[in-house]
Amino acid sequence: MAKEQILKISEAVAAKFGDQVLGTQEHAGDLIVLVDRSVIHDVLKYLKTEHHFIYLSDIVAADRFTEEDRFEVIYNLISLRDQLRFFVKTRCPEIDPKLPTVTDIWHGANWNEREAYDMFGIEFENHPDPRRIFLPEDFKYHPLRKEFPLIGVPGSLELPNTNPDIE
Amino acid sequence: MSSEDISTKLKTKFQHEHQLAYYKSLENKHTTVEFDDDPLSTRMILNMGPQHPATHGVLRVLTELNGERIIRNKLDIGYLHRGVEKIAENKTYQEFMPYTDRMDYLSPYSNNVALCTAVEKIAGIEVPDRAQYIRMIGCELARISSHLLWLGTMVMDAGAISFFIWTFRERERLYDVFDEFAGHRFTVSHSRIGGVASDLTPAALEKIRAFVSEFPNEIRDWKKLLNRNRIFIDRNKDVGSITYEEAIALGMSGANIRATGIAYDIRKFEPYLKYDEMDFEVPTRLEGDNLARYFVRMEEMSESIKIIEQCLAKMEKGPIRVDDAKKAYPSKDEVYYSMEGLIHDFMMTDTGVCPPPGVESYHAVEAPKGELGYYIQSDGTGHPWRLKVNSPSFSNLQGLEVILDGQMLADTVVVIGGIDPVMGEADK
Repeated sequence: MAKEQILKISEAVAAKFGDQVLGTQEHAGDLIVLVDRSVIHDVLKYLKTEHHFIYLSDIVAADRFTEEDRFEVIYNLISLRDQLRFFVKTRCPEIDPKLPTVTDIWHGANWNEREAYDMFGIEFENHPDPRRIFLPEDFKYHPLRKEFPLIGVPGSLELPNTNPDIE
Repeated sequence: MSSEDISTKLKTKFQHEHQLAYYKSLENKHTTVEFDDDPLSTRMILNMGPQHPATHGVLRVLTELNGERIIRNKLDIGYLHRGVEKIAENKTYQEFMPYTDRMDYLSPYSNNVALCTAVEKIAGIEVPDRAQYIRMIGCELARISSHLLWLGTMVMDAGAISFFIWTFRERERLYDVFDEFAGHRFTVSHSRIGGVASDLTPAALEKIRAFVSEFPNEIRDWKKLLNRNRIFIDRNKDVGSITYEEAIALGMSGANIRATGIAYDIRKFEPYLKYDEMDFEVPTRLEGDNLARYFVRMEEMSESIKIIEQCLAKMEKGPIRVDDAKKAYPSKDEVYYSMEGLIHDFMMTDTGVCPPPGVESYHAVEAPKGELGYYIQSDGTGHPWRLKVNSPSFSNLQGLEVILDGQMLADTVVVIGGIDPVMGEADK
């Protein structure tokens, strides 16, 4: 039942946005619709207004470590009315990784987008508060990128003096 | 106060850029709070945390005050950031599980189950019935344990010290139950991919039964003390209110969204384990204030007791782990007395469960704080390519930033207590 509804919605998205919908993938009951980044804002707005996905559960960013379209961002949407969960995915290149912000659609996207920026360096255009969220502004790396070493970069994070006697 | 002021006045000892950006973001925050000008015209910027006993960990709140009222505020999180998502990419799925204990450290069992169910979903592993019931019992006990801590500290933040000791006495009993049941008091790591580590012993069953039969009396006594308590109600009613529209727009979850009237509970929304067979209610309130959150959580504890009773009644004897060497650890009997068992045990530790390459899926459970989900991308090896934790405290704290605007400063600690964030989880 729920699965049919999800299929119907993904077909509706494909019919409305045509070539900009690049494909779908499915595993273990989760259907993910891949769309071009030029229409991602419109797709999400359409899903919210026409299909009642009023609740944004999460935004997942990931590093694919490929030549083109290196980063991807997955929006995890929920329709409380129809008890549905829907995933929309979009990709952006390594150089100049920019996506439109969705804070104007869901206010709750604010911190999730800041997290994606902090961890991967994906910039969200017109974001109201584009700062890092976990790490301090003085830190110059994006730690969840695959090239960032697990051990960290020595000296990259300024720490307070542990000896209170020395000023 | 203009921004030049901030940059000249701010005397930081380290991480100057961060402090500057943080203070500037407070100034730039759009506020809708209307206020009468304070007769003393005392507008000040007050920093609270990250080391403050009432912020439940290392939460930092920067507030701009007009007299005693908060005009606007900004939260700063990340002081407990350990990079668990990066660690996860370098561990096998099973190796990563003990790290989840340390995320929401008030309810380790639900975190273990959240990870294991997510891995089982992406790898297509069916878990035996008995293991599912044991997991449910563990999850509900963890929910009670987490809510007990919330209750004790929230009431303490509101001014009653003795209550904290009563809830902690019950928590201590729960630790004893977990000790018998999972082998550890606190960070249990009891769940395994494909099942659970050990079966319930008769002694553990007896302890759970004793707890289930006696705990409702405690709840009754606490309700008698608090539900009609003038001081408690005055301190919590209409404090930290949020409307349901705002709560949905901000993506709040758990008891915080249910206190605004939205019956959003993953156990009903997309049932996992055996929750679809259980008879329980999702308590909601309409007010959306701190008192509503109190009532919701109190009722949730009673519902948890109901679920545990049903699990104990429905549980039948059977295997506790899936009997497939490619999907779960073999039992210790096999490991010690057969060569294949030993090889399988070694392979599970070395490589672990390998989901198909190039797939991704998401699975969420209803943790005590709200929707706890794991988004996993697999590259076909035993390590996740990307593992994203959707933590409820993170979403709830974002709501706190909105709730606190317009509140009295003295209510800050009560509201933080009512929201019930755990920084270990929010900071990842």
